[in-house]
Amino acid sequence: MSALQENINLFYSPTDLKNNPPSSDRSIRAGGLVKEKSLLRNTDSLEIYFEITDLKNTIAVTYNGLLPDLFKENKGVVATGYFFVDKNEFQAYEILAKHDENYVPKEVEKALE
Amino acid sequence: MNNIFSTVKSFYHKLGSFPWFYKFSSKFIPIVFILGFPIFFLGIIWGIYFSPTDVTQGEIYRIIYLHVPAASVAQTVYFAMAIAGFVYVVWKMKMAGLFIYAMAPIGASFTILALISGAIWGQPTWGTWWIWDARLTSTLVLLLFYLVIIGLYSSFDNKKSADQAVSILTMVGAINLPIIKKSVDWWNTLHQPATIKVFSESSIANEMLYPLLICIFSFYILVFLFGLMAMRAEIAKRELNKSWFKNLVLGND
Repeated sequence: MSALQENINLFYSPTDLKNNPPSSDRSIRAGGLVKEKSLLRNTDSLEIYFEITDLKNTIAVTYNGLLPDLFKENKGVVATGYFFVDKNEFQAYEILAKHDENYVPKEVEKALE
Repeated sequence: MNNIFSTVKSFYHKLGSFPWFYKFSSKFIPIVFILGFPIFFLGIIWGIYFSPTDVTQGEIYRIIYLHVPAASVAQTVYFAMAIAGFVYVVWKMKMAGLFIYAMAPIGASFTILALISGAIWGQPTWGTWWIWDARLTSTLVLLLFYLVIIGLYSSFDNKKSADQAVSILTMVGAINLPIIKKSVDWWNTLHQPATIKVFSESSIANEMLYPLLICIFSFYILVFLFGLMAMRAEIAKRELNKSWFKNLVLGND
């Protein structure tokens, strides 16, 4: 049953990866929030660095490629790639943004700021 | 008490009668038609032109006005078919078998609409058309159940054995419905959890929610209309040579 559970879940959280690190030659998905103020962009390439957090643990992610529109700090993200436990680094080759269930009109957001 | 019971019983027997249903439903169709389409256009036009833009997704969020109603209807139609399957297996009501036969293509169409509209939204929003997460996969399984039900019918020559087999299959498939509903809570998925909540405040602004509720309501009316028409068509096909049908069509009734 726990094996089934693992297969149905789309991604591992940083805590899962820390407690039960998968082998680094197997492609996996990691998910959580993009940590605030962790996003660094290389100025002359598409290379980026950021951290995924589940508010308990954090992993570092490197990625080189295009990002979906909704990719932002403090928003949900699912990265596919390889995890290297010794460096606590996740080398991603695909980044997907996770949308939350909130639908907010533009005007309301402006008024709140 | 006895009186209520006999009223329900007589309604059940009437409902099971092809001639009664055919005549009775003909009165409903114009009403449902006149009601359904204006409400549908009201919801869609409100949703597309007048509801505000979403702050994170921009204009693309408007696909919700098709996606959510289609997904809701797709699951409800299956639920109704599973109940009909139970009625057929227990009481051998012919109309219940016919109901499943008539509704399966309609349910399949709305499932396809939900999957395609979701993919079109997912590409710019998530960055992918498709992902094998629990919500998307279980919805694809729903579509497969619909298709297998349609396919199983055509593999039988005998209507009775077809109805029996399909009723059992439909009931088995109903186990997928709570899985679709709860998939976003039980497992981690790319698909977001429910926005409209019955027991707590919905996480959508009212000026976006009202047109959405109108769209959902109109989809149910339209499915009711399509269902009635499909059932009448199938009754006509099965009863073509019966005297009641000939009399009705030729105006001797």
